[in-house]
Order: sequence, then structure tokens, then C-alpha cells
Amino acid sequence: MQAVAVSALGAATLGTLAVLVFVVFFVLEKGLRAISWSFLFSNPRDMGRAGGILPTLVGTALLPMVALAIAVPLGVGTAVYLTEYTRETRLTRLIRFGTDCLAGIPSIIFGLFGFILFVSMLGMGWSLLSGGLTLAIMILPTIIRTSEEAIKAVPLSYREVSFSLGATRWETVTRVVLPNALPGVVTGVMLGIGRAIGETAAVIFTAGSSLRLPHSLLDPVRTMSVHFYILAREGISTENAYGTAAVLVVSILTVNLVAYWTMHRVLARRSR
Amino acid sequence: MRLIGDKGMRWILLGVALSAIASLLTIALFIFHEGLPFILRVGPREFLLSSEWDPQSGHFGIYPMIVASLWVTLGGMLVGAPLGIAGAIFLNEFCPRPLTRIIKPTIELLAGIPSVVFGFIGVMVLAPVIRQYLGGPGLSVLAASIVLGIMILPTIMSISTDALAAVPNSFREGAMALGATRWQSVHMVVLKAARTGIVASVILGMGRAVGETMAVIMVAGNAVKVPHSPLDSARTLTANIALEMGYATGQHRQALFATGVVLFVVIMALNTVASLAARRRAGAA
Amino acid sequence: MFRSAIRSGCLAAAASLAALGLAGCGKARESVTVAGSTAFQPFAEKLAEQYMADHADASITVQGGGSAVGVQSALSGAAQIGMADLVSLPPEAKALTAVAVARDGIALVVNPRNPVSDLTTDQVRGIFNGQITSWKDLGGEDHAITVVSREAGSGTRSSFEDILTGVKLTKEAIVQDSNGTIRETVANDASAIGYLSHGLISGKVKAVTVDGNPCTTEAIMARKYALVRPIYLLTKGAPAGAAKGFIDYILSQAGQDLIRKDGLIPAR
Repeated sequence: MQAVAVSALGAATLGTLAVLVFVVFFVLEKGLRAISWSFLFSNPRDMGRAGGILPTLVGTALLPMVALAIAVPLGVGTAVYLTEYTRETRLTRLIRFGTDCLAGIPSIIFGLFGFILFVSMLGMGWSLLSGGLTLAIMILPTIIRTSEEAIKAVPLSYREVSFSLGATRWETVTRVVLPNALPGVVTGVMLGIGRAIGETAAVIFTAGSSLRLPHSLLDPVRTMSVHFYILAREGISTENAYGTAAVLVVSILTVNLVAYWTMHRVLARRSR
Repeated sequence: MRLIGDKGMRWILLGVALSAIASLLTIALFIFHEGLPFILRVGPREFLLSSEWDPQSGHFGIYPMIVASLWVTLGGMLVGAPLGIAGAIFLNEFCPRPLTRIIKPTIELLAGIPSVVFGFIGVMVLAPVIRQYLGGPGLSVLAASIVLGIMILPTIMSISTDALAAVPNSFREGAMALGATRWQSVHMVVLKAARTGIVASVILGMGRAVGETMAVIMVAGNAVKVPHSPLDSARTLTANIALEMGYATGQHRQALFATGVVLFVVIMALNTVASLAARRRAGAA
Repeated sequence: MFRSAIRSGCLAAAASLAALGLAGCGKARESVTVAGSTAFQPFAEKLAEQYMADHADASITVQGGGSAVGVQSALSGAAQIGMADLVSLPPEAKALTAVAVARDGIALVVNPRNPVSDLTTDQVRGIFNGQITSWKDLGGEDHAITVVSREAGSGTRSSFEDILTGVKLTKEAIVQDSNGTIRETVANDASAIGYLSHGLISGKVKAVTVDGNPCTTEAIMARKYALVRPIYLLTKGAPAGAAKGFIDYILSQAGQDLIRKDGLIPAR
């Protein structure tokens, strides 16, 4: 009985692994062929049928940057407040509940919200700024959660020593707690980046889909996931679509790997 | 910094912390402000139960979309939950440690693959197979269920694994001391103890499935009818918003916000149930 | 080492963001956003590429979304030029200035493996109404017809339904959100039928003749093929500034030649 059960479970696990690995290999196998130096660094021509994907690489890099510029200060600040400056009160529970709710909202609603508020009402149009603001709200919960974990993990003794040397709370936070919580915070940032890079629904409706290099924050950008979506769906160029997907998947895997690596550094250090 | 002082810093940080709540409130406010009056004006029964979605002629019944979202989510559950839970059990209870250390992170890493990639493979690989061997247009509820199931699998697996790992070893040892085999101790004792965590993982997975847009638009076909079989093409609530958002104005736009309200409420409910379940587990343990 | 890596990364990011931000504030750049019809979008992109090659300081970005997005974004100012391929402009577009820059035929396409090559207008109506459900009734094989249509805000769809009259799209129809996606769906499904801009037909799909008339430039210019619509560029008020420059270019001989060369029909 046990043998049957274990084999079934094992088969299910390996089956899952196989499907996911298949997806990655499918994309890489078809896509790596298209990748070359010129593919990565030249501009697309003919709506993406020919040429490269440089503007989308730039867009994929800049959009998370704008989002992080907003989300990291807000997120880490919130985490610092929740852990260092208050006790557990109704307000903090409310803030946590709000964060959890935010984490569950589907991306299309963020897209709808961003489109109506940033693109239309505030007149920012389809732009890096609209997209960045929308993405910032989307990754805020992740940053808050992981930063909170990281800050809580810093031993109380560090703070006590700092206070006993006469430092203010703020000095303690900035010079002792945060530097020690850095790997954990970075993990959260990396996870946020991973999510932002793969996001399509919210991005199409707020950042637009322009194939030109952005010259300012108010210019529209196209990210790799949007580019892949458009190329693949409209059959503009299957080969370039797969190439874009391959670059996209490799980027996300790399970012997530870095996140795991820093997380393990945190855990290793903690156990020391 | 001396100028502001610690007290001042506290207020600044409070403001920052309230920003998270503020964004949530703004989104909720927006959606409800635009959508709720519409639902009240048209009447919840008409909005939620009418099958006629034809914005041009003023008909805004989202019943087909509700049914579609329901089917696609449940289908995704049927695919993702058994595989995810089975995987969690295997990885946590039976798999040799070194192998687990490789397989678990790999599966979690692969969870980062964007939904559009899954969706496209669904269109290129899955839909033709369904069309050829099972009939129908291929772009169907079934295709969407399978794709969604695979997408939420890692979430369910990882949270269930945490739930299983949280069960104290004394439970397992106690069962085995009474003569149970490994498998018996797992399914009779450990699973029961981890039950709330596993249920929470499934509910969270459902929340993700309900909210998925891109993959569903690509493989579900987006027909505006109530699906009668898994091989029928259907349009989910999220796909409806995405397809018409760019140009809807006036009543039509409000109808889309109202759809957003429905989605919002459903997902909030799912998340609240999941976190209550998780809290109960934490409280009991 | 780790910390210094983070620090330099942050500085680099901050520097590039600051540069972008200042760039946005400083320049009184006239960048033109063109949004709307997915039928005209590829042509608008090519025209924009050519225009920017000729005029170094021009900056034109093209978005899709469908004709209704074109109308809405022109009205809201999200785009300086809206593209709409509509037979009749909706009432809210009265506030906009419309310039017809091309004409386009709507082709009915089926999968190349489908033996059916000609349909009457009544048959087309019947198919999209959902009354005719099998290819057998049209002289083809015994397969259920998969109807593929655009979303409600599409100019191609509105024009299609306006010209054909009496079409209420069957609920069974699969809905896709751009011309290109319809082409791909029909190319992948042997029993599918859809409609798309005749400028976007490729070898992957087969255009059927309607009442014996093929969807070609000649037939359209000879007014034999009925499913034709104009492509309008919409601006709030008379075209001005950079937008006017681009529109003038499209209407010029060079622009119209490019349009004809790429498969669309010039305005006149």
C-alpha cells in the first residue's frame, strides 16, 4: 500500500517537474536560435518582424526601476514603521490586512485602475511613469512583507547595543538594523522585479506598446513580455517571438536565482 | 535628521506606512465608486443573472462570464490541487533530502515564468490537441483549466509544503511508534494536522486563478456565451474587462468597473477565508 | 562586496531615472502618439518609420487597441491622432476632425485547407448570425464552423456589421482582439472563418470571394467588392503642429505610394 502511494506521489511530482521543465525547454529551444548580438542590441523593424529587441530590453529594465524607486522607499519605510516604531495595535493590523488584500488583487484591476487614473485622468498618457506607478503598487506588498521579515530577523541585541551607545532610534535603524537586514530586503526587491518583468496585463494598459526607445518618463515603452505577447498573438514573427520569450525567461530565472541566493545567505548567516 | 528628531521620523514613517493602505483604499474607492452605482441602477439580479452582454444595445448581463470564471477556476483546481498537494507530500515526507533540495527550488523558480508564455504554449500545443482529439474549437474552458492548473501548481505546492513542514515531528514519531507505516502516519496523522494550511493553499491558488487574465484571453476563446461543456469557448470576468477596457465609455465603462467590483469581492472573500484558515492553524499549533 | 554592488547598482539606476525625468521636464518636445485601429497600425508604423527617417526631430509612437480606442484616446488627449477604420463614425466623434487617408477592404478568410472559395452575402450573414453552422451547407466538409470575430470596439467589426446589415454576431463566436490574431486563429484551425483587413492577408489564410468578387485592390477600386471602409485619422480640432506634419506626409504622394505599395488603397 505504501509502495503504491509513494510511487503515485512521486510520479505526480516528477510529472509536474517534467511539465514545467518542458515549458522552459520548449521556449529556450525555439528561442535561443533567434538570439544574437544584433538581436539583443538593434532596433526592431517592420513592427518586429525583423531587427532586434533593444527597446524592449530597455523598457523591461526601466519600468521595474521606476516601480522600485517608488515601492522600495514606501515599502521599507512601512516595514520599518511596523517593526521599529510601534507595537501591535489596531492600526498595524489594519495596515497588514490592507497589504495582504493588495497582494491578492488581480493584475487586470491594477491595469484598469492605472489606465483610468494615471493614463486618462492625470493625463500622463501611456508612459513609463504610468506603468511604473501601477507596478509600484503591485509589488508594494511583496517588498513590505519581505522587508518586515528581514528586519525582524535582526537580533534585538544589535539594537540594544546601539541604544546603549547613545544612538537615536532613527540612527539605529539606518546604521545598524537596515544594513543587517539588507540581504532580506534585496530578496524582496528581486522577487518584486521578477514579478514586474513577467507582468503583461497591467503593463499593456498603462505603459503602452511603443517600439521606440523612451527619451523621458512620459514616453511609452514596450516590455519584453508585451512584445512577446504581440508578436506571438499576431503572428508577426514566430521566431522573434520565441527569441524574446527566451530572453524573458532567462532574465526572470536569473533574477529569481539571485533572490534565492541572497535568501540563503540570510538563512546561513542567521544560523551562525 | 537631528532637525526632525525621532518623534518627527515616527510621523513621517507613519505616513509612509499609511501609503500602503492608501493605495488599497484608492483602488477600492475607484472601482466601487464607478461600479457600485451601476450595479444598483441596473439591479444586481439583472447584472449578475442576465446572459445578455451586448454593450452596444445597453445589455450588461455578466452571467456567462461568472459561469466561465467559475468553471475555469474549478477546472484549474482539479488540475492544480491534486498535483500540488501530491507533490508537497512527496517532497516533504518521502523524497530523500538532497533530491528535495534540488526539486523544490526548481519548481518554485519555474513558477516565475510569465503567464503569456504559458498561454502561448497553450495556444500552440494544447488547443490543437484538444480540437483534434476531443472536438470543439480547441480554444476552450478545458484548455484554460489545464493552463491555469499548471500555473497555480507551484503556489499550492509551496504553501502546502510549508504546512506539512510545520507539523511537529513528534506527530510522525508517535504514529510510527504505534506501528504505523510511513504512509499511514502521513495520511492518517500528518495530513489531518496540516489540513488547514493545505486548504489555505488551495484557496489562495483559486484566488490566483480567478484573477488570471493574459493566459485565459489567449486560450479560452472569449465567446460571450454560457459554456455548456468543457470544450466550449468562454469568456471570464477578467478577459471581459481586458478586451473592452481600452475604449469603453459611459455606461459600458461603468459596467466594466462593476465587473471589477465582483472580482474584487470574490477575491477578497477568498483571501480572507484563506488567512482565517491560516490563522486558525497558527493559533491551534 | 555585496553591499558595494548594491550601492553602485542603486546609483546607476538613480542616475538613469534622473536623466529620464529631467528629459521629460526640460524639452518642449512635440511627440505625437497615434492610437487606434489595428488594421491601420502596421501601416502607420511604417509611415512613422519613414517620416522619422526623413525628419530627424520628429517623434511618433504608434499604439493599437482598436478603432474605438482611437476615438476615445483622441477625445481624451491620450493620443494626438486617433486611427479609426469605420464606415460611419460614432456620434462622440463629431467633436473631432476626421481626415480620410486610405481605404481598406474587409476580406473574409478561411483556412487554406478549406475547399470553400466563394460565398454569397446571404451565406456570410447566415454564418455570422449562427444560422449556418456546418461547412457541409456551403459545399465543404462536414465540420462545424468556427466563427472568429473581433471585439465590440473594433472598427473592422463595426464596419463589417454596418455594411452587411442584419448581422447579430452569434454568441458562439470566438473573439480575438486584433486583426493579426484573427489571422493566426484562422490559420491554425481548419474549420475557422474570420474577417480582417485585406492589407493584412498573408499566405497563411485564404480569402474567399464574396458574390464572385475577390478582395483585391482592383476590385475595390472598381467598386465591385462591397466590404470597403475608409481609414480616418482623428484629431481634436484641426490638425496642428507635429501631428499636422505627419498627417500631411501621409496624404502626400510619397505617403500614399507607401500605402499602395504595402497593400492598402490610397484615399483617392
